[in-house]
Amino acid sequence: MPELDILSQSAELKFRDQAQALALSEKLELLFREIGREITEMHVCGSHEQAIARYGLRSVLPKSLDLIMGPGCPVCVTDLPEVDEAVVLAQDGCIIATYGDMVRVPGTAKSLAEAQAEGGRIEIIYSAMQAVDLARRSDAEVVFFASGFETTAVATAAIVLQGDLPKNFSILSAHKYVPPAMEIVAQIPQTRIEGFLAAGHAATITGWGIFEKQVERYGIPIVVGGFEPLDILAALVRLTELIRNGEQVVENMYPRCVTKEGNRVAQEQLWRVFGTASGRWRGIADIPDGNLRLRDEFAHIDARRKFEIDLTRLRENVPSALAQQCVCGAIMSGLATPADCTLFGKECVPENPVGACMVSSEGTCKIWHQYGGHPDL
Amino acid sequence: MCLGVPGRVIQADGLVATVDFWGVCREIRLDIVDQPVEAGDYILNHVGFAIRKIPSEEVEETLALYEELLRAAENDMMAADVRDELRASAARQAREGSDA
Repeated sequence: MPELDILSQSAELKFRDQAQALALSEKLELLFREIGREITEMHVCGSHEQAIARYGLRSVLPKSLDLIMGPGCPVCVTDLPEVDEAVVLAQDGCIIATYGDMVRVPGTAKSLAEAQAEGGRIEIIYSAMQAVDLARRSDAEVVFFASGFETTAVATAAIVLQGDLPKNFSILSAHKYVPPAMEIVAQIPQTRIEGFLAAGHAATITGWGIFEKQVERYGIPIVVGGFEPLDILAALVRLTELIRNGEQVVENMYPRCVTKEGNRVAQEQLWRVFGTASGRWRGIADIPDGNLRLRDEFAHIDARRKFEIDLTRLRENVPSALAQQCVCGAIMSGLATPADCTLFGKECVPENPVGACMVSSEGTCKIWHQYGGHPDL
Repeated sequence: MCLGVPGRVIQADGLVATVDFWGVCREIRLDIVDQPVEAGDYILNHVGFAIRKIPSEEVEETLALYEELLRAAENDMMAADVRDELRASAARQAREGSDA
């Protein structure tokens, strides 16, 4: 049984093993020859896309496999009004502490970087604790504009539960929860996604069991995969086998890191602090339960409840003509690639990004701009 | 950003550990790691928190992957993400200084 071969390999994949990479790529080629048609598979993680692009994996994939990145960049899916909230708070004199990539993400009127140029106080942090320390050292209100998926949200939850937060500290949560977004994207008829490659480290927290309901509901198999080129190839082989066999199941090809139950300590903290809320993911859709918001118990540190955030003053601003040509939303929904965008690499470059996907190191456009997306070999 | 970075625990004290990342010592929180962590263990740090303990048989391979990444050019995106993870926590000494 070739399937079993692949499964047993996943426990002991070796890095940079050319022979094994070749074997996996040949196996994938054979599978596609057997299947005899085009298949679209989607991954949902910026780190996966970085690895795929960095190691030029698309050059060893069968021509009839369309491997696309979905909504896997938390910075990119932060919606314009969420950025606007942070901009308004900065204009009102709060210090905004946020992870680096969030600073240049465009809002309706402006980015935090532009708010900073106009005198706003924006601090780049690398950890939630640094935001708390900033508040301890300051008399001003410090708002932690918190972004990221589950893996990062658990860190925010931990600082909330650790207690003893300074009175001038609050959180503006732009945290997102990936599983519901996968469901929405799976339902977009034009995407024709037949399998998902789920992100290894998010699943470290949530466990792979969380995907079982989704597979039951939509009949699209899901394989959890790691970030090594061989991890990714092995996961794609397995996913393609499941598609060929018509097996609608979840499989874990990253057992080195991921269990069925996940990290229960982290999950418990995550859900004690956050509840899910529906909200828009930039350019994609309204995602039911896709946003993580602080529970009522933590209203006193929720910037949305602590401050009156008046967005009306930004309303007159219309996105620029260039921004209106941006196809980030279609890219994150799996309907387009950066190559389909007229701005990509011309008007829109990392130094001067038009859309969010060119801002973040997890955005498809920035990754393709650095590494190239689809090597012609 | 979700790759994290592995480091060796020098000392674990309640919810805080001193962790060595290739000679740089950092303070890492242990709030959300789901296994007991002690000196000598390797953990994966994401935004200043240990998100998992790395099983001993995987340590070598994991370190090899990151060492390859960190040798990459300054502007390499994956390497930059890993370096950012190293900035995610105060240097142990600086932290003690500010507390004093």
